[in-house]
Amino acid sequence: MNFGFTEEQDLLRREVRRFLDERCPLPEVRRIIETPSGYSEPLWKELGALGWLGLSVPEDLGGAGLSWLDLSVLLEETGRSLFPSPLIANTLAATALLELGSQEQKSRWLPGLCDGSRVGSPALIEESDIISVAGMQLRAEEDGDAWRLNGRKCQVLDPESANLFIVSFRTGAGPQDLALAVIEADEKGVSARSFPMIDASKRMGHLDLEDVRVDKSRILGDGGHAGPAIARLLDAGALAVTAEMAGAVDAALELSVAYAKERVQFEHPIGHFQGIKHPLAEIYVDAESFKSLLYYGAWCFDHRPEELPRYASLAKAYATEAFIRTGIDSIHIHGAMGFTTAHDIHLYFKRSKWARPIFGDAETHYERVLELRGL
Amino acid sequence: MDFDLSPEEREFREEVRAFNAEHLPSAAERKKMGPAFFVEWWQLIREKRWVGFEWPRKYGGGGGSLMEQYVLKQEMLAARAPALGRDYTGLGWVGPAIIQFGNDEQCERYLPDILDSKSAWCTGYSEPGVGSDLASLRCRAVLDGDEYVVNGQKTWTSMAHHGTGLYCMVRSDPDVPKYDGISCLLIDLKSPGIEVRPIESFAGDHFAHLYNDVYFDNVRVPVANRVGEEGEGWAIICSALQRERSGIAEVNRHHEALERLIELAGNSRIAGKPALENDSLRRRLAAFDARIEASRLNGLRSLTRQLRENGADSEASINKLHNCDLLVAMAETGIELLGGASPYLGDSEASLYRGKWQIGALGWPTTVIGGGTPNVQKNIIAERMLGLPKD
Repeated sequence: MNFGFTEEQDLLRREVRRFLDERCPLPEVRRIIETPSGYSEPLWKELGALGWLGLSVPEDLGGAGLSWLDLSVLLEETGRSLFPSPLIANTLAATALLELGSQEQKSRWLPGLCDGSRVGSPALIEESDIISVAGMQLRAEEDGDAWRLNGRKCQVLDPESANLFIVSFRTGAGPQDLALAVIEADEKGVSARSFPMIDASKRMGHLDLEDVRVDKSRILGDGGHAGPAIARLLDAGALAVTAEMAGAVDAALELSVAYAKERVQFEHPIGHFQGIKHPLAEIYVDAESFKSLLYYGAWCFDHRPEELPRYASLAKAYATEAFIRTGIDSIHIHGAMGFTTAHDIHLYFKRSKWARPIFGDAETHYERVLELRGL
Repeated sequence: MDFDLSPEEREFREEVRAFNAEHLPSAAERKKMGPAFFVEWWQLIREKRWVGFEWPRKYGGGGGSLMEQYVLKQEMLAARAPALGRDYTGLGWVGPAIIQFGNDEQCERYLPDILDSKSAWCTGYSEPGVGSDLASLRCRAVLDGDEYVVNGQKTWTSMAHHGTGLYCMVRSDPDVPKYDGISCLLIDLKSPGIEVRPIESFAGDHFAHLYNDVYFDNVRVPVANRVGEEGEGWAIICSALQRERSGIAEVNRHHEALERLIELAGNSRIAGKPALENDSLRRRLAAFDARIEASRLNGLRSLTRQLRENGADSEASINKLHNCDLLVAMAETGIELLGGASPYLGDSEASLYRGKWQIGALGWPTTVIGGGTPNVQKNIIAERMLGLPKD
């Protein structure tokens, strides 16, 4: 029994942090998010060269051959530095290919997702806003050795950066009768667009499919029964967002603690007063606690898949509550400074608004926790 | 990270399971046996050296590793076995203080009784006006030949009316900074000049009598009963606080409490509809689940940290706060579910479930305030973990 990171994982954390501190500190983040694409292609390629875009992909397919726990370390750091990139989307697309793809499909697409020459994104959620396979109603019609897809996917991450979408669609009436299709952005009938965001460091929008013909060689797995695999992909998404939230909460807490130590009112640094101290202590308690759920969930992804749904939901639910509160309390502690764009804390406040619904908000996941208990 | 037990740890787990299968009677049988069961149980686990399992073997303990302690506790909790020894305070911090700070003679004199469940130690920390700021304690001990003469008062002394000895912090030198003038005395509760008076809690006679005031009127305590050097009391207190473990037992209790709460919810209605269809309640139940599970995993993280660094950890103070929040919030949810019957106290025609949920809703201060108030815990976290300025 060992609930600690390995030396290699600690090293990975230090390396990622150093890279992001040097190459993409917050002033650079602010610059990048004002650009049309919202991310830096040169930095993205560098991440690819460092092996961080395919961290959990086996080495023979272009990845680093590590685990979901290692991925959590990476994502904690990108969350901490608010690194603007399609990393979560790309990671999930690679996970889908890895878990469901044939050897040929994996060799065809994974190396590109790992080296940064391609950007992948899963397109799963629909207008119903239901974060489960039950919410996936996009129907396809069989057309010889192909499927024809019509419909809209919502909450698609990085729709304009991605050029490879992993799209779920319904193949039959049974609850698990779903499949995943690999669709390229430049195919006929495919249009993707993003919309203005509260948090400009994250891009999101719709994927519209109009009579898009998908050859069966582009269907992942054995076709019609991908429900459980898609559910697992949603759990992976929840864990990935939770990992970024963990880093962001830590960073927001550090900024707030630093401010509480330097800001003097009534002849004392404000951190001397319990009205400031206690919310900061509570943020710390929540952050460390949801991290425990996150790390265990990430370990379950590789080692105890049967426990993944429960712990992904517990982690995302608790983290969402904690991050929202961290954002609000951080602004309170910074007073009027928190309301200006001059101080960085508002970037984390906005990030908390992005993270709340992505792959399920607290309500969704708490409800699922009870359902999994049979209630 | 690896959440599986090693082959040796699994083997030890099997040993504990086999022992319980052979020696632990069912709840019904235990009830029939009455107090005789406990006497026999403590004897059996004493022979296995599972009482004081973490103490060094040369003092009569089991020399169990941290992981073995964890496995033993887990298995005993899972089997709903009684505590591993009767003298909770003696096993928890009095014995360890004697081992760390005391001399050989004190070890020989006190440790066997603790391990044999013969002693019942009490803790003399708090005084009137001295709670969270413990170092300001005033109970005075003046050296007179080879004895200390103790005068003053201790309060909130749990179980002093049944105790055999008091592990007591006294002011031995009022003329030095407050942290340097405290000494630790082991006081026989039968000493002349000691008076124990019960403190009445607001839960009234629905609770067993637990707390007491203890008064000292020229109580003479041999110098040989001092643990450590004169003035070393604060170091002993700090060491005892650090020894607090990750709270496996508390987490286990919360898991059981949540099960009972869900069962109660299944039998209750809110605004005329089944309570389990109420969204607000559902969310609260799931949030309890998340915090209990987080506490359990925090405990494992803390255990790993102790195994690696053998140092203090932050997870213990984090879990203390979760523990407090959960106790209060789950107790409140419990009586809320009783609806209009919730204000009735005790077992009457008007009350539900013989009033047991009300006892929980009135009883949490024992743990929540008794273990150091949550507000003080937050100060500790803010100052120690986050480095904020002291008050």
